[in-house]
Amino acid sequence: MEATTVLYETDPDAHISVQDLTMAYGDFVIQRDLNFTIRRGDIFIIMGGSGCGKSTLLRHLIGLKAPASGRVLYDGISYWESSPADQQRIKRGFGMSFQSGALWSSLTLAENVALPLGEYTDLTAADIAEVVSLKLSLVGLSGFEEFYPSEISGGMQKRAALARAIALDPAILFFDEPSAGLDPISSRRLDDLILELRVSLGTTIVVVTHELASIFTIADNVVFLDAETRTMIATGNPKTLRDESPDPRVRRFLNRGEI
Amino acid sequence: MPGQLNLQFPSPDNLRVVLADSWLLTDSRPSPDDIALQLQSRSDIHSISFDGTAVTQWDSGLLIFLARVFQLAGEHSINIDPDGLPDGARRMMTLATAVPAKEDTGKHSEHPPLLERIGLRSLSMWRAAPEMLQFLGDVTLSFGRLLRGTAQFRRSDLMLIVEDVGPHALPIVSLISFLVGLIVAYMGAVQLAQFGAQIYIANLVSLGMTREMGALMTGIIMAGRTGAAFAAQLGTMQVNEEIDAFRTLGFNPIDFLVLPRMLALVLMMPLLVLYAGIVGITAGMFVAVTAFDISTFEYYQQTVRSMAWTHIWVGVIKGTVYGILIAFAGCLRGMQCGRSAQAVGEATTSAVVTGILFIVIAASLLTIMFQELGI
Repeated sequence: MEATTVLYETDPDAHISVQDLTMAYGDFVIQRDLNFTIRRGDIFIIMGGSGCGKSTLLRHLIGLKAPASGRVLYDGISYWESSPADQQRIKRGFGMSFQSGALWSSLTLAENVALPLGEYTDLTAADIAEVVSLKLSLVGLSGFEEFYPSEISGGMQKRAALARAIALDPAILFFDEPSAGLDPISSRRLDDLILELRVSLGTTIVVVTHELASIFTIADNVVFLDAETRTMIATGNPKTLRDESPDPRVRRFLNRGEI
Repeated sequence: MPGQLNLQFPSPDNLRVVLADSWLLTDSRPSPDDIALQLQSRSDIHSISFDGTAVTQWDSGLLIFLARVFQLAGEHSINIDPDGLPDGARRMMTLATAVPAKEDTGKHSEHPPLLERIGLRSLSMWRAAPEMLQFLGDVTLSFGRLLRGTAQFRRSDLMLIVEDVGPHALPIVSLISFLVGLIVAYMGAVQLAQFGAQIYIANLVSLGMTREMGALMTGIIMAGRTGAAFAAQLGTMQVNEEIDAFRTLGFNPIDFLVLPRMLALVLMMPLLVLYAGIVGITAGMFVAVTAFDISTFEYYQQTVRSMAWTHIWVGVIKGTVYGILIAFAGCLRGMQCGRSAQAVGEATTSAVVTGILFIVIAASLLTIMFQELGI
């Protein structure tokens, strides 16, 4: 297996490095020449207007879609140049919270969280049950173990999906539009939860969102994708970009178009 | 090195839990049972403190241990002083205990007793009956609007559905009808040959296929193929709130979705039944000519002699009735669908089962009715 692992030199802080990435569906290029680094323990936000390819970039980062060209590196290891077994191992370190939750509707919340634990660890049933109730209590859903996803509200579904995403103590957590469809208070609580996970567990967190409130509350760094030029036009700290970016498009976006 | 646990008593009423080394989920970890024993045997303990300075690495393994200790402390009404824990673990435990567990949610994982289940099932069936009648009423009203020309639906939708339930079903209807014709002919011929009456294969096949088997087999194929598709389409639309979108915009979903589907099957079923009859009779001819020494012309003559328009009408009427029932069952289950992937699966299954059940009941009633009427 060692022979198939392709290692590239990256910044020692870098957890995920995106190098010269071009994303395309067939001949249709979504974004080209993406170059940015996500540092270990950072909360990194992928932002941009609707339809610019934010979610597509996320699909590339979680190994669901292969790049048209370029590389995605995790600790210097190129995902798409690795063997399937290595890819599986890299993916084991991911936790993903999908836009609509994507809870399995035929399973209870407890079973949703328990499934990856049962498949990928040697834990006993009793241990799994304890981990499940711990994870559900972390997202404030203690006591909802036996509920089916259809029996709880959208906000609760999102939190349950987060509980499933953190079931295996992932090194990287991905969120697709975590606050979409949530009221401001639930959305704020989810942001606090994301911050808390980073502080307590040192998890690297990658978020796709265009909620400015979230961006300024939680982000350490962002990458800004532009739909028109089909490439990234800025990366860095959002507050710095808002006040000092030389690019008027970035300043406009981060100031809600009010300049 | 796997996690180490040490219990100390800095003062008689304080239990200090000293944690060391690595507390990972994948390693073996000390169990909290020792703490439970201490708490049980020594009633003078009033608080628990921690010393986690020697912990090298931790994940959920440590947290589930702590969750158990916190729970034990709660049961014995003992104070917890989490200050000595590793910083991250302390914060996670604060988070985990921030929202108290919801109790009395009315959820039980165990099965209710048999009698209760029978009762619940009966009640739900009883409640389903008015729903079905309501749907029947809605569909009837919708047909009324169709006749008056006020029903709202898109003609192009109707055409697409007609194409899907008619021409696209021909290959499977051909295959099944041919094989059924073959079986009827062969089974009958072996018996008839004992009396040297092989020529009556033609009567058996033509009557059997046109009056009964053509309609029945086509009905069952369409229940599995089209009834299921209707339920899955409408069910998924229900999940995506598309049906609600129709309602909100003032469209009647029965007119817009159910009516074209019913209409398509009512138009196509008679044609499919006629087609199935022809294919079945051809299969009978194939058996008679190849295996039982009857010439094509003889078989043709015998078929024409045995056939009457009434047999064809009986088959076509049965087929049309089955078509209405299949579309009704498929659309009913689709419209009743819940809002999850699981529910779509249940709706589809239920549509096929209901459709076939309706067909078999209708087949028996119609056969008796035609018998009584002497048709």
